[in-house]
Amino acid sequence: MDLQALWLTVRLAATTTFLLLALGIPLAFWLASTRAHWRPLIEAITTLPILLPPTVIGFYLLVLLGPHTGFGRFTARILGHPLVFSFSGLVVGSVIYSLPFAVQPLAAGFRAIDPALIEQARLLGASPLRTLTSVLLPLSAHSIVAAAALCFTHTIGEFGVVLMIGGDIPGATRTLSIAIYDQVQDFSYAVANRTSLLLVGFSALALVLLYMRRSGNENPHA
Amino acid sequence: MPDINIQHRLGRFSLDVEFSPQNQWTVIFGPSGAGKSTLLRIVAGLIQPDSGRIQLGGRTLLDTVNRIYVPVGRRSIGLVTQQPALFPHLTVRDNVAFGIRHLDRDRRRDRIIEMLRLFGAEPLADQPANHLSGGERKRVALARALAPAPDFLLLDEPLAGLDDDSARDILSSLLSLRVRLLYVSHDLAEIWRMPADVILLDSGRVAAVGPLQQVLATHRAQLLRHLSL
Repeated sequence: MDLQALWLTVRLAATTTFLLLALGIPLAFWLASTRAHWRPLIEAITTLPILLPPTVIGFYLLVLLGPHTGFGRFTARILGHPLVFSFSGLVVGSVIYSLPFAVQPLAAGFRAIDPALIEQARLLGASPLRTLTSVLLPLSAHSIVAAAALCFTHTIGEFGVVLMIGGDIPGATRTLSIAIYDQVQDFSYAVANRTSLLLVGFSALALVLLYMRRSGNENPHA
Repeated sequence: MPDINIQHRLGRFSLDVEFSPQNQWTVIFGPSGAGKSTLLRIVAGLIQPDSGRIQLGGRTLLDTVNRIYVPVGRRSIGLVTQQPALFPHLTVRDNVAFGIRHLDRDRRRDRIIEMLRLFGAEPLADQPANHLSGGERKRVALARALAPAPDFLLLDEPLAGLDDDSARDILSSLLSLRVRLLYVSHDLAEIWRMPADVILLDSGRVAAVGPLQQVLATHRAQLLRHLSL
């Protein structure tokens, strides 16, 4: 088992999940509440990573974050190193790749809340921020947990985007899924099996916890 | 110039009303689709009308000519509808506290208890809002709307479904307050003894306005027909 890859993968998934919740909650709130004409466009852009092949996302991010674009040179100057082939670059790629897995459940959770509750909060003088923190977030707790679990497990299983942006640098960009690929290339099937079982366990556990919580919410008086 | 003067189009329906609430209570009667709820939502600030002017308690809340628009929540207006819309994750106490501002902790606590007691809901203070019965929810919704001491309270059939005794109790409690009411009702008996003006709304227009007995004398058939719908 490549423990270095395991630790890096967990760090990447945790950082990505945190950033996606911070970014996804206001974005989903806006999507769920706005009547702007360009909402479908923004919603389509946030959902696009589900449909695009990971290698396509990885390729364009590799170009964008590399030294041949103004943005790539700018971030390299700020960070002191290029984003490509670095942990920070993996985080950027993971956030973009997993964005729909945060925004979709969050927006669905916000939309499921009775609009009369939001109206009452506004009538009682609550600002949009207070409405979000005092009404929407507590009533969307299940959606937030679902979004976090999906982002975490989805990031843990990433392969294409990670390989394109980060390559395969031990301790810097080699995640568990890339370690499995390396192990198979080396014909170390037993090690690859153990690593794969760990990923299966991660995902299964996250889903079981998620559905247990959902069952609890559906039967509060059971 | 009337205090409330609103023109608003919603698809094929248009609302064009003007009146000045003279009494403590103004009761709006009218058939379904007359525009009663739309009128209340415009006054509350939940809908921005195409044009008009709203002046209540000496404050201009809306004036489309002069581009004045006081946002919802800053109008000192409460709204209670048939659906109490209590925050289900909060206790009754926290629901009532939600809109109270600018009070220290002690005065805030006293205000919550005062409002709950007024509507006979004090024993419910620590219960989760989603554990209440329909009638209890209506009482708490009224207490919550009145807790911030609004200048104006808008009621859209808040007593629908309550038994006569409960409705009478709640009306007496409301009457004991100085708050001015704009009250959509279907029940003539409910407001018979109230110091109320009546507005008869029909297809988005004011068909009659004035003291109840006066409107009843001139529009009896129309009023009774609407109330029987």
